[in-house]
Amino acid sequence: MIEGARQHLPSVRRSPLRHVLAICVLCGVALLGACSPSTSDRNELTFWTIGREGEAVLKLLPDFERTHPDIHLKVQQLPLTAAHQKLLTAFAGGSSPDMSQLGNTWLPEMAALDALEPMQPRVDRSAVVKQDDYFASIWATNMIGGTLYGVPWYVDTRLLFYRKDLLKNAGFAQPPHDWAEWRRMLAALSDPHRKVYGILLPTNEYEQLMSLALQQPDMLLREHGRYGNFESAGFKRALAFYVDTFKLHQAPAITNVEAGNPWTEFGNGVYAFYLSGPWNIGEFRKRLPASQQNNWDTAPLPGPNGPDGSGIGAAGGSSLVIFRGSRHKQAAWELIEYLSRPDVQRRFYELLGDMPPRRSSWAQGVLHDDPQARAFREQLEHVRPSPRVPEWERIASEMQLVAAQTIAGNFTVDQATAELDRRVDRILEKRRWVLDHARPATGAAR
Amino acid sequence: MNPRIAKALVNGLLLGGAAVALFPLLWMLSVSFMRPGETGSLPPPLLPAHATFDNYRELFLRAGMGQYLLNSLLVSSAITLLSLACNLMAGYAFAKLRFAGRRVLFQILIGGLVIPAQVAMLPLFLLLKYLGLIDSYAGVIVPAMATVFGIYLVRQYARSIPDELLEAARIDGAGEWRIFVQIVLPLLKPIMVTLAIFTFLAAWNDFMWPLIVLTGQEHYTLPIGLASLAREHAQDSELMMAGSVVTVLPVLLLFLALQRYYLQGLLLGSVKG
Amino acid sequence: MNSRRTAWLFLAPAMLVLGVFFLLPVIAALVLSLTDYDLYALADIHNLRFVALGNYWALLQRPLFWSALGHTFYFVAIGVPLSMATSLGAALLLNSPLARCRSFFRTVLFAPVVTTVVAVAVIWRYLFNTKYGIANVVLEHFGFHPMDWLGDPHWAMPTIILFAVWKNFGYNMIIFLAGLQAIPVDLYEAARIDGASAWRQFRHITLPMLRPTLMMVSILTVSGYFQLFAEPYVMTEGGPLQSTTSVLYLMYDEGFKWWNLGTASAVAFLLFAVMFAATAVLLKLARRGHGHGADEEPA
Repeated sequence: MIEGARQHLPSVRRSPLRHVLAICVLCGVALLGACSPSTSDRNELTFWTIGREGEAVLKLLPDFERTHPDIHLKVQQLPLTAAHQKLLTAFAGGSSPDMSQLGNTWLPEMAALDALEPMQPRVDRSAVVKQDDYFASIWATNMIGGTLYGVPWYVDTRLLFYRKDLLKNAGFAQPPHDWAEWRRMLAALSDPHRKVYGILLPTNEYEQLMSLALQQPDMLLREHGRYGNFESAGFKRALAFYVDTFKLHQAPAITNVEAGNPWTEFGNGVYAFYLSGPWNIGEFRKRLPASQQNNWDTAPLPGPNGPDGSGIGAAGGSSLVIFRGSRHKQAAWELIEYLSRPDVQRRFYELLGDMPPRRSSWAQGVLHDDPQARAFREQLEHVRPSPRVPEWERIASEMQLVAAQTIAGNFTVDQATAELDRRVDRILEKRRWVLDHARPATGAAR
Repeated sequence: MNPRIAKALVNGLLLGGAAVALFPLLWMLSVSFMRPGETGSLPPPLLPAHATFDNYRELFLRAGMGQYLLNSLLVSSAITLLSLACNLMAGYAFAKLRFAGRRVLFQILIGGLVIPAQVAMLPLFLLLKYLGLIDSYAGVIVPAMATVFGIYLVRQYARSIPDELLEAARIDGAGEWRIFVQIVLPLLKPIMVTLAIFTFLAAWNDFMWPLIVLTGQEHYTLPIGLASLAREHAQDSELMMAGSVVTVLPVLLLFLALQRYYLQGLLLGSVKG
Repeated sequence: MNSRRTAWLFLAPAMLVLGVFFLLPVIAALVLSLTDYDLYALADIHNLRFVALGNYWALLQRPLFWSALGHTFYFVAIGVPLSMATSLGAALLLNSPLARCRSFFRTVLFAPVVTTVVAVAVIWRYLFNTKYGIANVVLEHFGFHPMDWLGDPHWAMPTIILFAVWKNFGYNMIIFLAGLQAIPVDLYEAARIDGASAWRQFRHITLPMLRPTLMMVSILTVSGYFQLFAEPYVMTEGGPLQSTTSVLYLMYDEGFKWWNLGTASAVAFLLFAVMFAATAVLLKLARRGHGHGADEEPA
């Protein structure tokens, strides 16, 4: 090959290299010039949003910027599936934003890292953010070890979207009140031969199973989050109900990627129930034709043992947090107060369907009169938070992986829960060690 | 076999292969001009009913693709220039300058080729964190400023430079730096072009490391921006295809313009991996 | 003396970069893999524990590691031969005296190589969509059942392999083409006079002459294919049911999703060990088949 190279030595009179170099240099210089002013603006407030909220919040911000001309907002949208990793990487790399939207299941993790600014002093002084006005369980998801780290921004609890007409045709006048009734409806509404199913439960989303599990009296973790408690009778009942739904062909074993467009299929009667969150009110109104709009409604989750247990669901949603390293904490707080105003929250709902965490935001406007939001309002008074340990996101995804394998027939329910406890205990090993060796000064020892 | 049939077979197969190789790229181009939602009908259309630039407008005005494009240009150009400088100097030294431990050092370098880059990634992240380079262009550029492959390529090529040429210059009293700039570099031009294209393409297409280091959207390169867009706008295939065109087209054109050098370098670099 | 100093000055920038940004991290990774560096340690370094080979031991007992290794082997074992066969086939066609417009075909067949993995993976994701993808339309046209290419755990990996072959075969094709062109024409002439068929010529002349190239290419391709990551990241996110989670994907998840840097480093070194072993086996095969090393000393 050296010989080959030597043959080519003289042949490069009209070398294109010079052009390449010239272009490179020009680009480089132009870019450096163009980029340098934006790097460190003194009053610049960076605000990270996750998923769909980013675009909607942009429409709320002009009013804020008008009243706060000294604050320059920089909003960045993280894709939902990459957000968790991005937030951690940014913290680890010391490039966190000033403030962010943060899913409340991720809050314990960031708190354990001591990445977040405690909020209580600011809340105490605030004329806008009033703790009593918030749904108690939602507020509680922001308290980690007695310290408040975030202000709830919107709430999310999973409940039932259902086809009124299909239920009526099958002889059911009301949505289900307990699991037994629910099972009867699912059986009546499923017909695998016609590719019609009672319900859509995407096998790669853990929220559905978690909602069923949180309805149980047993905690998901025991001894202050030191060990898994998945072999409890309660979780086994929830997992068995979940898995049976697939085994009885009342739900297809598909992921949300394969489910593609669930709205149209719900409209076409492929699914009679859809266990999902508040944003789908807006999606169904937007995506279903007018002729189908009277056919669907929402209902609180049925309880495992009867009407008294119904309406309990998972306390989800997102909070607004300020990072400890921020140099614009006051500006960030002002933005949080603005976004917490009931009138702004109502506009936010109108834009996106994200439900406000404050009772007063629900007291008037479209939200108050919305029949399909009522089930959410009802369930929000009874929601329960998921375990507040930093490892929860990982535990939940393990839970879902094991559940999906159980659906595929690789485990029985007893095997699955044993396997899950084994995996979870291993994940929590470090937490146990840290708790046992807690040094008074560590942030992680909470 | 009948020579005419054989000829038809060979060329037919080539044509078929070319169609398979090109089809996804042509489809991408075609879909990028379709109106939103047009691919969602059955059977999927191959050509846009009414060609439109809306997807590109959307990309550049709303999705920040212009910024990603500039970032990619900046990062790839900087990597190309800097690594060219480092690799040329080192490759030349290994080929033509005498020093103790030359052989051993070079063999250690070649040995380093068997270690996958991913092994170094995690500590490298922590290292860059302490240097304050996370989420900056430098975080992507600096670790790529020298490559074993580049040094190897230059060394192989530079060995063909006659020693007498350098000795003559030294006798004339030229300094080592002057010899390098005025005699060696002009002789190394072909390998410089080759290496420049290789490096530029690799930097442009690189995914895993920028994905890790660049946390801020304003620093995303095209592949990272595109992957992020793909997770957010998965159902908007027309928009995604326009994004793919913007990402792929620059490197494709660069390759078409300079393919002779690229293919040469490919052979030179892989004879002894 | 002077020449020595110059040499080191010329070497300094590259050695500094490689030393600080490659060698040092590799050594650090080895140390890291012996600790349980994680979120807690990131928050407070006092939460760091030395666990010796604990991470490796734990990984070897984890089903996910084995399944990730299995998926990676699957990708390598099917993908490498398939992609090399395609490369060789294309090179033979291009090298055939009957072929026309050779440089055009060469360029076109090579084009996928220079494209960006992420961008073309996005294209393939749409082409292989269950409902609206062209792949299924073509299948149905020929009377086959449409397939759930990327959604079915049994088909996701084959689809990714297909993608990788399409994306990469051009690279080796060029190398094979150079190898083919280096075979003396008179060997074929002689064979033809002896009345050897095209297949016999291929078996008894082309393959043996190409052997060193084949060996080198297979080693390079194997080590490249072991580093599977971007394709599943964009096309399937490691799913469905983790059926496309490769070892490197596992490392990325452990390291940058869950921040278990200790475990992730151990994954990286285990991958390194596996690649090293695979390369060694291939080299041994090459030596045994060909007496001793085929080419001359490098230095």
